[in-house]
Amino acid sequence: MTADIDRRPIIEAHGLVKTFGRVVGLDGAEFELYPGEILAVIGDNGAGKSTLIKCLSGATTPDAGEIRVEGLPVAFRRPQDARAAGIETVYQSLAVVPALDIASNMYLGRELRRPGALGSVFRMLDHGLMRTKAKAQLQALGIGTLQSITQAVETLSGGQRQAVAVARAAAFGSKVIILDEPTAALGVRETGQVLKLIRDLRDRGMPVILISHNMPNVFEVADRIHIQRLGRRVAVISPATHTPSEAVAIMTGALDVELSGPVH
Amino acid sequence: MTDDSATTIDPAERLFRAVSPLQRLHHLLHRYPAISPAVVLVLAGLVLGAVNTRFFLPANLSLVIQQVAVVGGLAVGQTLIILTAGIDLSVGAIMIFSAIVMAASATTYGLPGPMALVVGLVVGTLAGGINGLLVTRLRLPPFIVTLGTLNIFTALTLLYSGGQSIQQGIPDILLWTGTDVTVGPFKLTTGVLLMVVMYAVATWVLRNTAWGRHLYAVGDDPEAARLAGIAVTRILLSAYLVAGFIFALTAWILIGRVGAASPNAAADANLDSITAVVIGGTSLFGGRGIVIGSLLGALIVGVFRNGLALAGVDVLYQTLVVGILVIVAVSIDQWIRRVRA
Repeated sequence: MTADIDRRPIIEAHGLVKTFGRVVGLDGAEFELYPGEILAVIGDNGAGKSTLIKCLSGATTPDAGEIRVEGLPVAFRRPQDARAAGIETVYQSLAVVPALDIASNMYLGRELRRPGALGSVFRMLDHGLMRTKAKAQLQALGIGTLQSITQAVETLSGGQRQAVAVARAAAFGSKVIILDEPTAALGVRETGQVLKLIRDLRDRGMPVILISHNMPNVFEVADRIHIQRLGRRVAVISPATHTPSEAVAIMTGALDVELSGPVH
Repeated sequence: MTDDSATTIDPAERLFRAVSPLQRLHHLLHRYPAISPAVVLVLAGLVLGAVNTRFFLPANLSLVIQQVAVVGGLAVGQTLIILTAGIDLSVGAIMIFSAIVMAASATTYGLPGPMALVVGLVVGTLAGGINGLLVTRLRLPPFIVTLGTLNIFTALTLLYSGGQSIQQGIPDILLWTGTDVTVGPFKLTTGVLLMVVMYAVATWVLRNTAWGRHLYAVGDDPEAARLAGIAVTRILLSAYLVAGFIFALTAWILIGRVGAASPNAAADANLDSITAVVIGGTSLFGGRGIVIGSLLGALIVGVFRNGLALAGVDVLYQTLVVGILVIVAVSIDQWIRRVRA
């Protein structure tokens, strides 16, 4: 899938800079995501992968550089801006509100109202419609065996919560889904479920950006791997051509890269 | 790994084929937080009624309900704030301040009754708004903010009224909430009915509007709420504004009940409203609870005080029992929160 370079990226970023006081988060970072791929973003702590993702998801604004979605420049000021542009983000531990039920969580912040005066004047929510649609969306992702859509999310296991968060993103993210450490808090079996979900999304045509520390997971699902180091992209590799230990070596600077992407 | 998603993502089934009766109870209480206060209320009624048969006389029950109206009204607003993981120590002070403003607007400044009512409601709403602004703009803990405004509003009330009750010349509309209403065998007041309407409206809004759902979300996990696109500070500020309005409505109930606007009335109302909310099953950590539970909580306190008094128990023991109830309620809340599939 590395041969997709002649295709137009869905998201691209050029020369992103972001500093926090004297700390440099991003130092001229490049980024491309192509249609139909799972792109993993890896890097050591402080390499700027979180900052990069926050720029793409609107959680923070870069000091310099540009972001383009389908070739058009965008300026995200808030997460809602990125969401409106079709970029949905699932955050590691903050994905869902534990006390609310599954349907409420899936429609949180974009609730559906009743038709007619009940909805427009009294602003009454359409719980029935939201539950029906939420259930259909979960089923479409192959996780429709959740029996009670009115169950509080805190009664679900970690993997199930993550599935609800991913389903929410998939239901609304028309173009791209960003997953931030989706398996960090999960056991082996639940991790497998979430990885399957990620592949299903890709197979349904949804490109996915996966941020992860977990090399085996990354090499299991990613089509391409973006390696971030010292605020820049130092390489883009493929699981087919590189081994995990080579990826770690590039990540930590032990291996100098002349392979692809701008050289540090 | 491909086929186990069908077998594992199935918590509802796990719930039904569950496990010990205790775990089932655990899930039930988690799902319906009003159950435990309802059970306590019924048990308390049965026990206290058995001790003294006068307890169940309609006249006595009517008295309990009337006594609960003021704290019950305040508890509606207090519930909204506690659902956002806040707390309001100034509820009684805002209510009394609003009551004095309402009465004085008519008696001192000669405003017509309806205008005086509106002025009082606006002042109460703004007082709540001050709490909200301090919490959201200065990012101070609600406990500290409302501890401060408790003293500020109490002092303003005393400065403004000179410590004197306003009894003469209160317009009829402000006293309207003291009007008797007969419902079956019970003798209630319009103030009690107003409180019931407040609970009905708050219940509907919390359940059926996006604002209501967002209030829970903000209280449970503000960061998740923000990432879901909810304007967290706006929700918080609006909660304090709405609560202020509710406290001013309760000031109207208070004037009708006392027949005057007194700066010294309902001195215990601040903490009593928190007691009602906590006994009613709403979590002090925010995001969990149900507004009708606070009415049950207020009734439980009222029933205990009344029933123990009828049984000839010293008033100090009534306070002791209320204290134990609070601790038991919070312990149950902690246990319920630990629910896991």
